Amino acid sequence: MATRSPPSKSPWSWRSRAFRGLVYQLVAFAVIALVIWFLASNTLHNMRVRGIQSGFDFLSQSAGFSIGESLFAFDSAESYWRAFLVGIVNTLRVAVAGIFLATVLGTLVGVGRFSRNALVRGLCAAYVECFRNVPVLLHLLMWYLVLTEMLPSIQDAWKFGPFFLSKGGVNFPVPIWQAGQAWAAGGVVAGVVLAWLYRRWALKRFEATGIAASMFWAPVAIVIAAGLLGWLAGGAPTLVDSPVKGEFAVENGGALTPEFLALLIGLTTYTASFIAEVVRSGIASVPAGQSEAAAALGLDRGLDIRLVMMPQALRVVIPPMTNQYLNLTKNSSLAVAIGYPDVVSIANTAMNQTGRAVECIAIVMAVYLTLSLLTSAFMNWYNARVAIKER
Amino acid sequence: MSRFTKQWLAAALAACGLMAAAPAMAGKTLDGIKSRGQLVCGVHTGLPGFSAADSNGKWGGLDVDVCRAVAAAVLGDPEKVKYVPLTAQQRFTALQSGEIDLLSRNTTLTLTRDASLGLHGTVVTYYDGQGFIVHKKSNIKNPKQFKNQTVCVQSGTTTEKNLTDYSKANNLNIKTVVFEKEEAATAAYFAGRCISYTTDASGLASIRNKGATTPADHVILSELVSKEPLGPMVRRGDDEWFAIVKWVIYGLIEAEEYDITQAAVDQLKTSSQDPVVKRILGTGEDTGKLLGLDKDWMARALKATGHYGEIFERNVGPKSALGLPRGINNQWNKGGLMYAIPIR
Ligand SMILES: N[C@@H](CCC(=O)N[C@@H](CS)C(=O)NCC(=O)O)C(=O)O
Repeated sequence: MATRSPPSKSPWSWRSRAFRGLVYQLVAFAVIALVIWFLASNTLHNMRVRGIQSGFDFLSQSAGFSIGESLFAFDSAESYWRAFLVGIVNTLRVAVAGIFLATVLGTLVGVGRFSRNALVRGLCAAYVECFRNVPVLLHLLMWYLVLTEMLPSIQDAWKFGPFFLSKGGVNFPVPIWQAGQAWAAGGVVAGVVLAWLYRRWALKRFEATGIAASMFWAPVAIVIAAGLLGWLAGGAPTLVDSPVKGEFAVENGGALTPEFLALLIGLTTYTASFIAEVVRSGIASVPAGQSEAAAALGLDRGLDIRLVMMPQALRVVIPPMTNQYLNLTKNSSLAVAIGYPDVVSIANTAMNQTGRAVECIAIVMAVYLTLSLLTSAFMNWYNARVAIKER
Repeated sequence: MSRFTKQWLAAALAACGLMAAAPAMAGKTLDGIKSRGQLVCGVHTGLPGFSAADSNGKWGGLDVDVCRAVAAAVLGDPEKVKYVPLTAQQRFTALQSGEIDLLSRNTTLTLTRDASLGLHGTVVTYYDGQGFIVHKKSNIKNPKQFKNQTVCVQSGTTTEKNLTDYSKANNLNIKTVVFEKEEAATAAYFAGRCISYTTDASGLASIRNKGATTPADHVILSELVSKEPLGPMVRRGDDEWFAIVKWVIYGLIEAEEYDITQAAVDQLKTSSQDPVVKRILGTGEDTGKLLGLDKDWMARALKATGHYGEIFERNVGPKSALGLPRGINNQWNKGGLMYAIPIR
């Protein structure tokens, strides 16, 4: 490939365009820095004059309030920064689960709009119109209302096998950690490695001989089988912590609260409607000739979408998809409306107990900024991977 | 725009207020009120009995009457008040940033609030305690039965921490669901998400009347788990204004002790020979001058609202809709805690 010569540079001088550009940038930077310094010093001065305490030292003090749900144990005697950590983890928990589920649901609905079945097409279109045209806060309030008003009280919880469903949320059994389960976990890890090796081998063979092997079910089977073998090797531990109904509450086992569920369902269904549109436009952007060519080669509709349309659509889909992921994460801050202890909710409480409003808002802003930048960075990396590699 | 965004916007605006260059005007609150001809009072968004607007938009309640009495004392007219309804979250920032002159909104006076927010608690206008409301059918009689239960609370209040303290002290492992809005928290309780909702006992009485479809289906437990002395707050740095608010409230309390009722003010002004009554009503020594006010300051306040006992009876007392007993809010010589420092 011939390398193109770079555009010829005009010689450097104080009258050159490059120099002027540099001066403008320096001036703009200085002005912004000055404004920030002015605002910050004024804030600090005014707060001192008015006797308002400031600073981040409060983070190491004992929080003194308890948090309704947390992935790790949190006691009210622990410090504010631990409380913030609980909030951040709760935000991440709902954001990650929401992004995963919204992607699956949104992709299904988006693909469904190209279905040959008019009913499926209609349903998918109706879904998109219904869900994306109502503000997300209303979605959350609606789901929360559904879960807390329609379900039976905790005392008369519905029981499905070992599962309980009530106003208190979903209670489910969790395996109790025993030494034997380390074997099962080890088995799963080994299974993943084996499945990866298998796929590499199958791909090589396909390219060499044209014989296609199962690329999905076989790897899944490998992982499950390896996990099962590990579990048996570990002595097949069967102890589980099952929920039991107490006098006023369902105790033990694992639980998903109605706050978490309402937030997850609301964010997922809302964002999925946008993702469906992104996927639809992505597929629509692939020229119809591609699909016709696939048909001419004898691929059926499903294979056509999976092997021909989707890989090409993906390139158009990823940048707007990043936006949707960022939106979902940011929308999770509406959790305070339905009592889910996300980072904003913790900041609210901390702000009120310590009076450090500016500090708490700054922390929340930093958290969302970091999450957004990380998501963008990951998506950019992925985008670069699937981008059209011109040969 | 969602209410949530508004809330943060309010906080952000307050933060902007702090970023602006103008320093606090120490000692100038009264001048500001006089020049604008209006007292700006931060109140609750709607807590019948304490502060709530009626169907004509007219504000009433115990906290509102404090605003009216102060306005009558400093401006001569109890109607010259602008009410700013505030949520629990917004109240302190609104006072700090100078948006309001006086915060009269069922606010507990505590050390942290006094010492770290740049505010001053004035005088307690209602001695309260934190209580619990439960569904009658749950048959719960005492908060000690809340073991492993879920309780709904509102953030931005003292209640969250009290609940945690109580749970810890009694080894109850109470789970909390924290809402930013009172309506959301009480709605979740009424829907049965939580076994109980907790806040000041006075607030519970109001919420039961306002929010329950059948108030009789809910019981307010008699055990209180904290001290919640409620009273107005002012900004630090303006001692004159702090003194005015403080003494208007003491005046209202002392007037009850000496039986100066709203109806009797005019008549007592001419007839009373009691030196204490004469001082309060401005017919004896000029107490107003020491505060930077005129002689009639307290007489006007009393004509506007009546003394503390009348304010209590009218808004929250046994014959009102809330029906709260006078209890510890009675005068000191009748077994209560209301003890006014003398106007002399
Ligand atoms: N006295 C306590 C509790 C006050 C309180 O809980 N108030 C609630 C319940 S009455 C409230 O004002 N909620 C209404 C709102 O935030 O708009 C405090 O000062 O923090």
